[in-house]
Amino acid sequence: MTSLPDLVCPAGSLPALKAAVDNGADAVYLGFKNDTNARNFAGLNFDQKTMADGIRYAHAKGREVLLAINTFPQAGRVADWQKAVDAAVDQGVDAIILADIGLLDYARNRHLQQRLHLSVQGSATSYEAINFCQREFGIRRAVLPRVLTLAQVENVIKNTSVEIEVFGFGSLCVMNEGRCWLSSYACGESPNTVGACSPAKYVKWDKKPGAMETRLNGVLIDRFGDDEPAGYPTLCKGRFEVQGETYYALEEPTSLNVLEILPDIIKIGVRAIKVEGRQRSPTYVAQVTRTLRAALNSLHDGSERFHVKPAWQAELSKVSEGSQATLGAYNRPWR
Amino acid sequence: MNGSFTIPKFKLPAFVANLGHKLPQWPHTLTLVAGLNAALKMKLLPESELALLEDKLFRVRVLDTGGEASYTYANGLFRPVFRPQREPDLAFAANLSAYLQLLSRQEDPDTLFFNRELEITGDTELGLIVKNMLDAVEWPKFSARLPVFRH
Repeated sequence: MTSLPDLVCPAGSLPALKAAVDNGADAVYLGFKNDTNARNFAGLNFDQKTMADGIRYAHAKGREVLLAINTFPQAGRVADWQKAVDAAVDQGVDAIILADIGLLDYARNRHLQQRLHLSVQGSATSYEAINFCQREFGIRRAVLPRVLTLAQVENVIKNTSVEIEVFGFGSLCVMNEGRCWLSSYACGESPNTVGACSPAKYVKWDKKPGAMETRLNGVLIDRFGDDEPAGYPTLCKGRFEVQGETYYALEEPTSLNVLEILPDIIKIGVRAIKVEGRQRSPTYVAQVTRTLRAALNSLHDGSERFHVKPAWQAELSKVSEGSQATLGAYNRPWR
Repeated sequence: MNGSFTIPKFKLPAFVANLGHKLPQWPHTLTLVAGLNAALKMKLLPESELALLEDKLFRVRVLDTGGEASYTYANGLFRPVFRPQREPDLAFAANLSAYLQLLSRQEDPDTLFFNRELEITGDTELGLIVKNMLDAVEWPKFSARLPVFRH
């Protein structure tokens, strides 16, 4: 029986971290309260004290804490990102998740012993790219962008000794990870520059009779009827008029959910499964962690056949964006 | 919160809201403000984020009870506003069950928002600050004292 992959869960606050640990996460990932991470939202994330408390809590229960510094240093402010790396090492996190090659180089040279992971924002989809980062920066794990089929993930795993982490649940975007500027198109700010997609200060929810309109910096993104599920206010999930028809021209609001293919993910040797959602509440973290833990544990029981329990699907569907889920690229017939 | 007790999704009959609109709004406004000030007193709310709420006008509307509470935060205290003279900076609207599910951490605000059970209008960033501030509060001992969470 292959060993189970680590369940890596998000934490935007100390209660969320505790919810992840208490509900069976093997590792929790988090960020500082600044633009060195891609969930730089008001009131979210950790200061020095809450991070120290969180690390103590997780370590006391034998779990790991991973710190995401997954945005790109901005011109003239490279030192801010380097200081974040130094602070992460001082805090004693188990690994730092980095996207920028310059920063990987800094971390490798300055803190040789520190475990480094390549962020999904690093956008490495081939084993060549991953092996390059292993050779140059000593990365121990890479998080794959959500664009590969299961067969492609397997091919990467077969050709690298770097641990591979994949996404198992959470909101999907256009998945042009680390290279997406759509948000900047509407408001001049995006994850790569300020650490937030569709920053809240540009978002307006307007209640109109029978509908709700979503605007980003004045640009109408979507209009939901009273009974229609809503999504995040991002351009990629907007409905636009294209040649006389108005529809989700890029993608629908939806969440990735790999429950159905969990045994296949384990079989090909995936080392860790990641849950998206540092911006979500402790309740979401508890619900998703609990569900995926139960599903993983059922596989470890040695039972011959894996059954996705309806209760698991119901729990995950409920918290999904747009109230719907997909297997994403994993089971795509084309490459 | 004990997993054995769950608050179901429900909607009170329309006559409750019709009646609620005619009742005075000050009792639940005072209750809400007293609750928030109790949280302040227990130092559950972080000062850095509280500063961002200064002089902002908030409105919480309970759709199926017809209840409504407006309040502001000024000089270190939450204060009721009985006759708001302007549109609120941030407004929440939902049925009672959604608020109870939120308070008991049974449901996630984004989930309720996606499912259209929670409406947030006004200053979105302020909404995010409030949401994240409440998410970061370690409630367990506090909520156990509230009658609704005793079971």
